[in-house]
Amino acid sequence: MVVARTELLPIRSESEVVTVRQQVRACCVDLKFSLVDQTKMVTAASELARNTLIHGKGGTVDVQIVEDGGKHGLRLVFEDKGPGIPDIELALKDGYTTGSGMGLGLGGSKRLVHDFEIQSQPGAGTRVCITRWK
Amino acid sequence: MERIPILRMGEFLLVTIQVDMHDRLAMTLQEDLTRKISETGARGVMIDISGLEIVDSFIGRMMSHISSMARILDATTVVVGMQPAVAITLVELGLSLKGVHTALTVERGVKYLEESAQKRGRGRTNGRRAH
Repeated sequence: MVVARTELLPIRSESEVVTVRQQVRACCVDLKFSLVDQTKMVTAASELARNTLIHGKGGTVDVQIVEDGGKHGLRLVFEDKGPGIPDIELALKDGYTTGSGMGLGLGGSKRLVHDFEIQSQPGAGTRVCITRWK
Repeated sequence: MERIPILRMGEFLLVTIQVDMHDRLAMTLQEDLTRKISETGARGVMIDISGLEIVDSFIGRMMSHISSMARILDATTVVVGMQPAVAITLVELGLSLKGVHTALTVERGVKYLEESAQKRGRGRTNGRRAH
């Protein structure tokens, strides 16, 4: 997989979550994603950016336009140095929440994309990587 | 501070969300709306989301909260104008918007609010007669 373009965005405030949504939308448009695909990717980005802000106590997202064997896609890598997730399997379950949310963030975003990877270490932080292909 | 305007339309309140809301703005709207319902005695609230490009779990939760709060304050809520791509995404996300009544267009939304207000209006009259 080749990374054709990359942009690192901070996620330290609610308004930066809005900026992330807008940048992701712009990349989806560049990649000529259909409206439904754009909406899914932006919604997933919104959920994960909020997780990074609230649970991860802030972090970054790397917005990457990627290519793999002629396929084009958008990859987002969310990283924080927050408290981490002790039980990832439990965190991926619908309805599981430690905050005030509905507990759909992680599991829900997983359903909205093609590839989903999560690594987390208690005390060290969390890294979530999602990709949606055109 | 940035705010979403709430318009009064007879006995209903109308909110049109046209901006990409950050979370605090959504919370402010929730508070403003409940205050306005109580001040005006509005019987219905219509939230037009035709300008919203996404509804994530936070906005979904806000709509559920507004509906519940309005119901406790004796007002019906209807959400109108959801874009098809938003509906598809919501279902995959796992958000069913329980307790939130939706209508496709503003016209149908108004009709629903009128019918709902009428029904409850009759209920009230009957209640008084019984005493």
